[in-house]
Amino acid sequence: MNVENIYATFPELFLASCALMLLLFGVKRGNDATLFTGLIAVVVCLAAGVLLIKLPSFVEPGQAQLGVSALCHGCKAFGGMFINDAFAQFVKVLLLLASAIAIMLSWGYMERHGLERPEYPALILFATLGMMLMVSANDLLALYMGLELQSLALYVLASFRRDHVRSSEAGLKYFVLGSLSSGMLLYGISLLYGYTGSTGFEALAHVLAGEPPIGVVLGLVFVCAAMAFKVSAVPFHMWTPDVYEGAPTPVTAFFAAGPKLAALALFVRVLLQPLAGLEHQWVQVVVFMAVASMLLGSFAGLAQSNIKRLMAYSSIANVGYALVGMAVANEAGVQALLVYLSIYLVNTLGVFGVILCLRREGVMAEKIADLAGLSKSHPLLAVAMGIFMFSLAGVPPLAGFFGKYFVFLAAVQAGMLPLAIIGVLTSCVAAYYYLRIIKVMYFDDATEAAVDPVPEFSLRIVTGGAALLMLLFVFMPTPVIDSALAAAHSLMPQG
Amino acid sequence: MSSSFPLLSVVTFLPLVGVLILLFLRGGDEAAWARRIALTTSLVTFVVSLGILCVFDPAVAGFQLMERFAWIPSFHIEYIKGVDGISVWFVLLATFLTPICILSGSVVTKRVKEFMIAFLVLETMMVGMFTALDMVLFYLFFEGVLIPMFLIVGVWGGAGRIYAAYKFFLYTFLGSVLMLVAIFAMVIHAGTTDMTAMMGGVFPDKMAMWLWLAFFASFAVKMPMWPFHTWLPYAHVEAPTAGSVILAGVLLKMGGYGMIRIAIQMLPDASAFFAPMVFALSVIAIIYTSLVALAQTDMKRLIAYSSVAHMGYVTLGIFSGNTQGMEGAVLVMISHGFVASALFLCIGVVYDRMHSREIARYGGMATNMPHYALVFMVFMLASVGLPGTSGFVGEFLSMQGVFLVSSWTAFLAATGVVLGAAYMLWLYRRIFYGPLDKDDVRAMPDLNAREYAMFVPLILMVLWLGIHPATFRDVFASSVHKITSDYQAQTTRGGEAP
Repeated sequence: MNVENIYATFPELFLASCALMLLLFGVKRGNDATLFTGLIAVVVCLAAGVLLIKLPSFVEPGQAQLGVSALCHGCKAFGGMFINDAFAQFVKVLLLLASAIAIMLSWGYMERHGLERPEYPALILFATLGMMLMVSANDLLALYMGLELQSLALYVLASFRRDHVRSSEAGLKYFVLGSLSSGMLLYGISLLYGYTGSTGFEALAHVLAGEPPIGVVLGLVFVCAAMAFKVSAVPFHMWTPDVYEGAPTPVTAFFAAGPKLAALALFVRVLLQPLAGLEHQWVQVVVFMAVASMLLGSFAGLAQSNIKRLMAYSSIANVGYALVGMAVANEAGVQALLVYLSIYLVNTLGVFGVILCLRREGVMAEKIADLAGLSKSHPLLAVAMGIFMFSLAGVPPLAGFFGKYFVFLAAVQAGMLPLAIIGVLTSCVAAYYYLRIIKVMYFDDATEAAVDPVPEFSLRIVTGGAALLMLLFVFMPTPVIDSALAAAHSLMPQG
Repeated sequence: MSSSFPLLSVVTFLPLVGVLILLFLRGGDEAAWARRIALTTSLVTFVVSLGILCVFDPAVAGFQLMERFAWIPSFHIEYIKGVDGISVWFVLLATFLTPICILSGSVVTKRVKEFMIAFLVLETMMVGMFTALDMVLFYLFFEGVLIPMFLIVGVWGGAGRIYAAYKFFLYTFLGSVLMLVAIFAMVIHAGTTDMTAMMGGVFPDKMAMWLWLAFFASFAVKMPMWPFHTWLPYAHVEAPTAGSVILAGVLLKMGGYGMIRIAIQMLPDASAFFAPMVFALSVIAIIYTSLVALAQTDMKRLIAYSSVAHMGYVTLGIFSGNTQGMEGAVLVMISHGFVASALFLCIGVVYDRMHSREIARYGGMATNMPHYALVFMVFMLASVGLPGTSGFVGEFLSMQGVFLVSSWTAFLAATGVVLGAAYMLWLYRRIFYGPLDKDDVRAMPDLNAREYAMFVPLILMVLWLGIHPATFRDVFASSVHKITSDYQAQTTRGGEAP
């Protein structure tokens, strides 16, 4: 039993112990060691990712000898509170990648703003750990613990630039609203527990198979509301633009990628596993949130002049598209959602990589107008940004098109034609603001260069790599699509 | 003709090789080298694309030179390419016009390398679209055109380029996403993305109606048909000369090609049902936009409106559903590809010298630019549809096709020919005759060698198509015959069933 637990959670245990050691090391060495701790943290993330992928295969030969049968994919640990199925693995690999990239994005920024603290990479690791636990949660209490571990780290990260008003405001806002949502989640969990007498996902699914009592529906609504807050779906999106704008840009990049993905994955699991019996109830909620998010994200983005705020609205719209995949509530829908999120994750990290390059006299330039003339002064950076924007707009042959293609295909397949039509129409609206960035970069004449002469090496790696992935996805789409299929398959009840 | 050599893919992706070379181009003489590399690449592509014509067997009606491999197997999306007699000509039109565009792009001095990259990428997208036989692949190239074209209009365009670029992009994007939803429905119903498997009325009637409308929305915008044409004058006027040429020459044909391939071949019953509406819109387009063209003071805008009118003959011919009409439509498209491109190049010639497109700024140029006047006259007459030029054959056939279906429509469409003659001849009179009283106009030199190099091939093609259309017709005749006989078989069956 114990051995099983350790094997199943080995990547998480590895990450946790590394994060703790890193924290100790950082405290001992002080701020000088920030770059080093950052480097270590990146390596730790990547190593955890490798462990995640490789572990089942190198344990398997010894399987019979150890006398444990559940070391492969889909094994559960800690009395069924933790599950490490293909779905969790897929999401966790992406999360670790996002965290590694987020740390890489922060190096130059932190140095310039006097924020070189070794806590930063450690906090990201803790947040990542929380996210991994969320994704692997198979019990409402495990879910809550993972979520809180993640959230607490994120609150601190949002206000990491503590001498800066906007950053403190962002942290406080995120904390207050986040605690509210945690409260709602707990209340929902208590209702579910009260009516079913269980917090385990299998037990819940079993009990909730029939016609639900009203209290369970109420609990479901509370849980959905709390989740919607975490994924920033309309109508619980209000914090997003302010937090995106106020938080230090590398932290915003992290917010836009990791926590969003983890929360969406958690949302999917909760709805499709324990609450699968309540599908008729929650589908309406998810459809509403999807439509509202697509509409609001697309239209409100039109009026933005700050690029971080724009990306906040863009993320709201993109959550709407992802929720379309969730509303479909079948294997195809989950697969589409995972493909969509993988592409969006890389895309958005790339965009923030470009934003981090924008700087006028050492101060971050955050206005869209600051991109003017980028195509002249930094042609490669402009090309990368152009690729990201066309990809976000969903223009083929870039990767973003495929994300949308599979999501809307799944929606049409499930008979949700109106949802697909609203989706494609709002993506036309959103295309306008993505095009505006290209217009500013390519069509407008530069007033003055707002970009530092040579972006850091890490930024170049991230933006260049992300742009190439978006551009070349069309040639090699199958690995992502097939592993997303396996992940989606593992989530579905096996009939 | 089952050659294992992937000729179509080679033609499609050959321009990207040029792009790769251009990407690594550095140094002081970058612009000159970029022009050379781009021109060479596009010429090589053209020569290779002639190989398609050589190995293509005109006697076979179906798709040839097929290439097929699994692309996204879990979604049954395949990479399928193939050409029939119709698409062969569009591929060649694209590969023929791209070098001419690149030649005319020599006047571009701003970001030459990027300009050349944009055109080569555009060529890949165009050729890819005309050879795609998989729905997703088709959509990919159909939409992919937007990226280079948006940049071409927006970066190298005139004063109002930003508005024009946005309007072009968003208008066509909106039309296309509706098509995307229709593609979902078709793919789910057919269980495959293979376009050949969807042909011949496999969709139930009611669904086919909606599908038809969604595709029509996209193609009518692309084509463009009245009343979806409003983006075209802006895009044409603001685009650089090369952009207008490729827009008029090839991009507009994507709409017509799509209508043949998807509306007629896949949704025959719905096409027959909506044909009267298409006739009405086409006739309005022909008459209304011809009248609008009469009122223009800007040369490019005038030609843009005349394009809308000419596309009216294309839709008339396609939806007449008979062989004459369809052949006429294809010939009008090919001819318009040469003539409209040439007219935009002609305007480019004087625009490069005077930086004005105002008709009133010119006059009397027949005196000081006789060669230019002659070249312009050839294309002007071809646009009017003078027998012996390319314009005549197609318009005649498509009107004949329509006459067999609806004599009134043909009668009304014929008035467009008169109006067309009126606005073109009047344009010619205002530019080339009258007193040569403007000093800057008088100072303009006649055509130079580069401009001859652009015009001579086009003149040859215009005359060839006018004098011996059989060269072109023979290649697509059996394909067109198959399409129309399938169409008529389908629609009459559909008429008898209830």
